[in-house]
Amino acid sequence: MMSDETPDYKVIGRAVPRHDARDKVFGTTRYADDFVMPGTLHAKVLRSRYAAAKIVSVDTSRAAAMPGVHAVLTAADVPKNETTSKFGQTHSAGGGFEGLYRVLADKKVRYMGEAVALVAAETPAQAEEAARAVEVVYDPQPGVFDPVEALKPGAYLVGEEDSNVVCAYKVRKGDADAGFAHADVIVEREYRVPFGDHVYLEPESGTAWIDEDGVLTIRASTQVIEHFRDIADIMDLPHNRVRVIAPMLGGGFGGKEDITVEAYLALLAYRTKRPVRLTYTREESILAHSKRHPYVMRYKTGATRDGKLVAMEADIVSDAGGYPFLSPWVLLYSVVMATGPYIIPNVRVDAASALTNNTFTSAYRGFGAPQVCFAYESQMDALAEKLGLSPLEFRERNYLHTGDELGTGYALESAVLTDETARRAWEALGEPTQPRSPDEVIGRGIASGMQSYGRLVYLHDSSRAFVGFELDGTVVVRSGVQDIGGGQASSIAQISAEVLGVPMDDVTVYFGDTALTPLAGTTTATRMLYMSGNATLKAARAVREAIVAKASEMLEVDSDQIDLADRMVVVAGDVGKTLPIVDVVRACASQGIPISNLAQFNAPSRDLEESDYVVGQIHPDYTFGTHAAEVAVDTRTGKVTVLKLVASFDVGQAINKLSAQGQLEGGTVCGVGYALLEDVKMDKGRTVTCALDTYLVPTAADMPDVEAIMLESRGGKGPFGAKGIGEPSSTSGAPAVTNAINDAIGIRLTELPFTPERILTALKERERSAAPARDRVTETA
Amino acid sequence: MDMHEIEIQVNGRPMRTTVEVDETLVDVLRHKLGVVEVKNGCGQGDCGACTVLLDGEAVNSCLTLAVQADGRSVITTKGLGSAEDPHPIQTAFINHGAVQCGFCSSGMVLSAASFLNQTTTPTREEIREAISGNLCRCTGYTKIVDAIEEAARHMAQAEERSA
Repeated sequence: MMSDETPDYKVIGRAVPRHDARDKVFGTTRYADDFVMPGTLHAKVLRSRYAAAKIVSVDTSRAAAMPGVHAVLTAADVPKNETTSKFGQTHSAGGGFEGLYRVLADKKVRYMGEAVALVAAETPAQAEEAARAVEVVYDPQPGVFDPVEALKPGAYLVGEEDSNVVCAYKVRKGDADAGFAHADVIVEREYRVPFGDHVYLEPESGTAWIDEDGVLTIRASTQVIEHFRDIADIMDLPHNRVRVIAPMLGGGFGGKEDITVEAYLALLAYRTKRPVRLTYTREESILAHSKRHPYVMRYKTGATRDGKLVAMEADIVSDAGGYPFLSPWVLLYSVVMATGPYIIPNVRVDAASALTNNTFTSAYRGFGAPQVCFAYESQMDALAEKLGLSPLEFRERNYLHTGDELGTGYALESAVLTDETARRAWEALGEPTQPRSPDEVIGRGIASGMQSYGRLVYLHDSSRAFVGFELDGTVVVRSGVQDIGGGQASSIAQISAEVLGVPMDDVTVYFGDTALTPLAGTTTATRMLYMSGNATLKAARAVREAIVAKASEMLEVDSDQIDLADRMVVVAGDVGKTLPIVDVVRACASQGIPISNLAQFNAPSRDLEESDYVVGQIHPDYTFGTHAAEVAVDTRTGKVTVLKLVASFDVGQAINKLSAQGQLEGGTVCGVGYALLEDVKMDKGRTVTCALDTYLVPTAADMPDVEAIMLESRGGKGPFGAKGIGEPSSTSGAPAVTNAINDAIGIRLTELPFTPERILTALKERERSAAPARDRVTETA
Repeated sequence: MDMHEIEIQVNGRPMRTTVEVDETLVDVLRHKLGVVEVKNGCGQGDCGACTVLLDGEAVNSCLTLAVQADGRSVITTKGLGSAEDPHPIQTAFINHGAVQCGFCSSGMVLSAASFLNQTTTPTREEIREAISGNLCRCTGYTKIVDAIEEAARHMAQAEERSA
């Protein structure tokens, strides 16, 4: 799988500054809230004060009569209020698999902060005042706030259906009971992980207007411009009468995968025939947008004395919150990756997702993988300890390799270098740090992970890109990618430059507009480089072929002798024979030979079986890697200091080394936030951490440098053998840190985040008990 | 309503507008003066995206009232440098890959600028402390610290040459 030769790339594979970095640092990039249109109205969303209530009546008459108010809308004004968002896919996966939600609350409110009414007014203050004047009569209901409770018979029903079950899946491989019968050691534990907020620095924002041709146009901060279809359905408009534009985004991380402000803006602009603008406050953002799913996970894992995993069982319950949204998909990812990057012959996974009256949960970087990674990597360390093996040694005896089967029976097709990533990560920790005081203990941990890149095969995913020369030899790429900050547009510029033999500065990328750029699908699921990179590569290669053919004619040499480099046509072995590419471009153009190409790339696909059992290939491919961490724990205060962080991944092929390193470093720190800090606290559905001084994310002062180690197997399914890295870089970050903490204090905690309070409580409990620490671990195991 | 006419030097250019006493500097810059390179990430002084230099000192413009800026100088990232004449901090951010989504970048470079005005040879820990009021969710901070460290070196060298 690993390619021996190192290809001689001219533009890709290097650490090059991105175009967009310049514009951003000089302050010329325009984000969604930076555009102003004449005559713009300001929108305000009235949100439910209850997590669970029946809506008895909504009276908008007083609000509508207030000065400056142009529209007040409720569920009754939405043509198709109950909708299943298709999340940009062209193929309906069917079943109860799609993300049902309501645009505006109707009959019942299902979570606190759910949108009940919309206002558009001349000024933000007038809109806010009018929203307060909408009279909603609620009949408060008891609600249900724990997913395990929600699944019990007789639980409060969140919606109108007769059950709170959103979905349930089973994975079976071999015979788990028989496997455990052969196990010499077994560890069984329950793990819990909290709600998480994405905290993209740019809050949700957008403006909608009716353009000069009557097309409903929305410029918004979104990861999915192809929500234009969903918006058209909501508005009962033809799909070709709605346009969505995504400028550069101030981060997404999955939180802008669902529709945020777009439908509200569409409704208000369509009603008022004026531009309408809406930007959430941070408080509103934390209150009202999707969260990462809390999970309760009971894991049982068994191994033989020689350190081989023989069986694993997992029972997983996820909290979907008030509406399904992407919960069925996220849970599906979890069950497929529940075994982690390990060969386990006997597997039983049972999982369900439940509606509750908490804030709805949906996509978040990692998409169901970080939750299970925390559980299976905690299990791996506990087993290693019981077996007297080092965490690295035990893992090395069990890693998956190319051709090995996941729990679903799918055999891995691409390169798998987890062993090497783990060895390199562990080595990179170097010499152990000495404690700075008698109260400080030092610990080290590693965690390996696997994470898909590309969307579910059921979605029949595809992407398009247009690549063409202009008559002066510059290059234009048009592709409907959303650039959420990972260098998505820049990487397709780089790929085009590589193939067409021009410097990157000669390439302009037009992106993120459903009317003007060929549709490229979502910037989600670590798919953009894989999908649009491949589409761009295909289009650029077609253009190159035309240029090379013409050049071969003009220079009278075989086309296989020709290369394109630095704006020139060059001939192998004949330095004198050369031609500016622009001359060939002009010759082609004048003779009617196309100098552009529109290409489509299709991912592997198959249809969904109507079964609870998850079998076979679910994703196009996976990325594997390992995080390592060293921490210091102050045993008096419970405070954790992260001393060293290593992210070691097989990225397949880095297109831009700076961007790939950036993903590894940033993803790692998000994982550390998950391990130590991040926790959206809800009290009976009421979010109590609605600001960034209560919902804490890592600051520069909290973090050490991240050492990013990139292996390049060139064995991925992306362009030039690339693998996706956006989400994988985050998945195993948290358990590396928590395993290091466990190692430091000699106690295994099982609930994220590992706060000083939790660590201190565990230390005090141990003090109270007479038994030494290591024995207690064995008992509870 | 208590309206005040104020004049702010924005990147060296005097700008006049009328504001209410409780209007924040970030809102007035963005919505009245069109200075949209200043970002609003939280409105509560927690994220640092709205950082500007007020008479040379880094402040959260969401915690500063517009009337407090009357008669004073505000520098944004556009005033710090441009594509034609970049500030060493901006150049270092670009070359080190310290910019991803960019929403924190304008505030981050200004915090760095304010810090490097006071400290010529900072340690990495001091840099981390200096930008701890500016959240970044994309980069993990390593490349930002690299960039500021390099900018400090460049600025010190330039100082030596001019001395």
